[in-house]
Amino acid sequence: MVDTSAPLLEMRNISKDFFGNQVLTDVSFSLHKGEILGLVGENGAGKSTLMNILFGMDVIQLTGGYEGEMLVDGKIVDYTSSFDAIADGIGMVHQEFSLLPDFTVAENILLNREPEKYSFISEVFGERLNSLDRNSMNEKSKKAIGKLGVAINSSMLVGRMPVGHKQFTEIARELSKESTRILVLDEPTAVLTEQEASILLSAVRSLANEGIAIIFISHRLQEIIDVCDTVLIMRDGKIVKNEKAQDLTIAQIARWMVGREVTHHADRRSFDYEHSSVMLSIKNLWVDMPGETVRNVSLDVHKGEIIGIGGLAGQGKLGIPNGAMGLFTAGGSITFEGKEIALNEPRRFLDAGMAFVSEDRRGVGLLLDESLDWNISFAAMQVNDKFLKKYLNGMLMWRDEKQIQAVAQQYIDALEIKCTSYRQKAKELSGGNQQKICLAKAFALTPKLLFVSEPTRGIDIGAKSLVLQALRDYNEKSGTTIVMISSELEELRAICDRIAIVTDGRISGILPAETPSEDFGLLMVSKRGNTEEKPA
Amino acid sequence: MSKLRETRGQKIIGALEKNAVPILFGIICLIGIPFSGYSLGYLGQEIIVRISRNSFLIIALLVPIMAGMGLNFGMTLGAMAGQIGLIFMVDWGIVGIPGMILAMIISTPISAFLGWMCGKILNMAKGREMVTSYIIGFFINGVYQLIVLYGMGSVIPIKNTSLVLPRGYGIRNTVNLITIRKALDNLLAIRFLGISIPFATLLIIALLCIFIVWFRRTKLGQDMRAVGQDMEVARAAGIRVEHTRIVSVVISTILAGYGMILYLQNMGTLNTYNSHMQIGMFSIAALLVGGASVARASIGNVFLGVSLFHLMFVVSPPAGKRIIGDAQLGEYFRVFVSYGVITIALVLYEIRKRRKAARGGLLLAQDQVDSGEVDA
Repeated sequence: MVDTSAPLLEMRNISKDFFGNQVLTDVSFSLHKGEILGLVGENGAGKSTLMNILFGMDVIQLTGGYEGEMLVDGKIVDYTSSFDAIADGIGMVHQEFSLLPDFTVAENILLNREPEKYSFISEVFGERLNSLDRNSMNEKSKKAIGKLGVAINSSMLVGRMPVGHKQFTEIARELSKESTRILVLDEPTAVLTEQEASILLSAVRSLANEGIAIIFISHRLQEIIDVCDTVLIMRDGKIVKNEKAQDLTIAQIARWMVGREVTHHADRRSFDYEHSSVMLSIKNLWVDMPGETVRNVSLDVHKGEIIGIGGLAGQGKLGIPNGAMGLFTAGGSITFEGKEIALNEPRRFLDAGMAFVSEDRRGVGLLLDESLDWNISFAAMQVNDKFLKKYLNGMLMWRDEKQIQAVAQQYIDALEIKCTSYRQKAKELSGGNQQKICLAKAFALTPKLLFVSEPTRGIDIGAKSLVLQALRDYNEKSGTTIVMISSELEELRAICDRIAIVTDGRISGILPAETPSEDFGLLMVSKRGNTEEKPA
Repeated sequence: MSKLRETRGQKIIGALEKNAVPILFGIICLIGIPFSGYSLGYLGQEIIVRISRNSFLIIALLVPIMAGMGLNFGMTLGAMAGQIGLIFMVDWGIVGIPGMILAMIISTPISAFLGWMCGKILNMAKGREMVTSYIIGFFINGVYQLIVLYGMGSVIPIKNTSLVLPRGYGIRNTVNLITIRKALDNLLAIRFLGISIPFATLLIIALLCIFIVWFRRTKLGQDMRAVGQDMEVARAAGIRVEHTRIVSVVISTILAGYGMILYLQNMGTLNTYNSHMQIGMFSIAALLVGGASVARASIGNVFLGVSLFHLMFVVSPPAGKRIIGDAQLGEYFRVFVSYGVITIALVLYEIRKRRKAARGGLLLAQDQVDSGEVDA
């Protein structure tokens, strides 16, 4: 099957940094005609960046290009836009659907490549006034769908189709381009039912038999082993393994994916959460957060512990705190210290004594145009009536500037926030320092329970450990219970007492933090068994 | 994910809610008709007149909606261009159908330029097209007044003294369009069941409808629909998003200019400083009464809307007099209802959008119950 002659695609020593943050280091691999290459790795391992380079995405050019060479058909290529890549026969099916809901399948498949019928009016007003050749559109799209071996009505509106069919439509769009010879499938089975996934996998096989080279990105390792010829495992921007798929096991891949050199966490503590009372009890929570759907999560958080919530991106871990606080529509029940907290009302959440440091620092977390002392104090002012001078029996409330400044200065010193003074505007700080301001804001609320979402996203290593240390210290000094959500397993393992892994919107397991990484890795890629099937 | 199950009651309520505005107007009209004391023949005649007078203008709104730019309040720009065409036509003394054609020819480049400018600005204000085009209407109204009130007769030569204000420059408040009054309406007019039908005007409106239907099927129309649904997806497919949006506004503005000329030939007088400002509001209100939304409008909405909206106008003064004893009510109703309808339609659109988003949550909850993991 696999052609052994010159490779169709070759990447040589590709490196890429985003403003000094190295995301790809010396990546080399080759892809032959008809080969299926599995690409696996944790979030942030560099898969997306690598595919963005291949596809000539703007983001690469805008951030200073890349180092190394990319060869297609033996010739060095340098795509300046994704249209160059498409013209060269590279097709990409993204994780998020890029389909138009009010268009039919055929219209979507042939978007902006519609066959046209000549019309004399176009002689005067230009070619765009040619009318579309509906019959040939239907034929072409049927042919493309046919290659996948599924039955989809090409005149059906995409908005009314089940998710699986949308995925097939998306792939059919790439196949309808005659020139497509390299196809990148980014998590194509993530939204499919088991049956649909197996249809897709056999379609992928038959496409490869026709000579199309496929890069298959998936977190479902069994699929990777089943369908791929070669598997490329990435970690921290490097290719750690490049192996034949048939010799691999899931456990091996999972270990390579998550296993880091650092296995030693000096300050791990042992916390006996089982003997501490349940502080927060989440039952049957669902959250409709786009891209982070949560389904039927039940979780008990014990007083005084630091519990981590991990899992791969898009599996729903971010949905849990966002839904609990009420920032996205949610259902189920949340009981805090014995009292039920109404969902979808952020104020109730805050009044109960919980706080949330959002992963969306710039959107939800900070008032970018305001000074640091304001940023630190405004939530506490709103929720706890803190930092206010009261007159006339509380009818008139005045900001207590002195107190605000004092508390701001206190947190700036404690968290080592680098700034000129508390008067500096939040937008002028670096990412790490902004994150610390968000923490200070939450600390100023003196919550009994603190949700922290992706506290170290986008900040450098030095700042990371400071932020983590600050969380741990806060937990130990004030006894605040912390629920920390992070994509980075190692950072969860560093400060948490136990870690819950979220897969497919559900908790797939909760393990003590000292469990070896590969066990967590297995939970991340585990698939729920028969409950996946739809009820009749 | 499975489909959301709804009871029959929920489905009926959903359908009623979708068509809330036309149903409400239908009810108002049904109540008003017996009170007005008008015969059905008279009402039929009135509706035919209003359809021939207004539908061209309303159809001009369809193209930007297709391109996802919402209701084009900027159609007043085209109306102004049409009026400038008419002023020159009267001044140069061209009468009848040739006069109308001349006015259209003059209006075309002005409309196209204004539309292009409007489109450029709207591209800078994506997501806020409606309020922006509304304000652009006011802005260009100022420019229009400057030209017509101060420029014409001083910088721009106007020979016809009956057009000019007594002070020697500027156009009078009303311009008599007697030379083209009903020129098109009376061409090929036929009588049917005692109702006079302006056949030529309706023919032109029918041709415009065919144009719209055909246009939807062209590559450009397809591109507009794609841009209207999702600009990013369209851009990723290589469609020139900004250009497509500008073209849609230009087409709408030019059509609005022609529509205004058609409208004023029926009226017979041009209210130099007011006609265009009202017409945008009334056209948009009529389209919404026909059941259109900010994101979706069809030719059917146009005719249903014109009929219901104007039926209410015709019926409400006498009905108001019977019920409350004041004919002024009709005039008051006109403005009150126009703004009210636009407000309701905008609010309903947002509510529906939010409800659609909430369906995701309901589905999740339903799935959870279905899978037997939770008790309902």
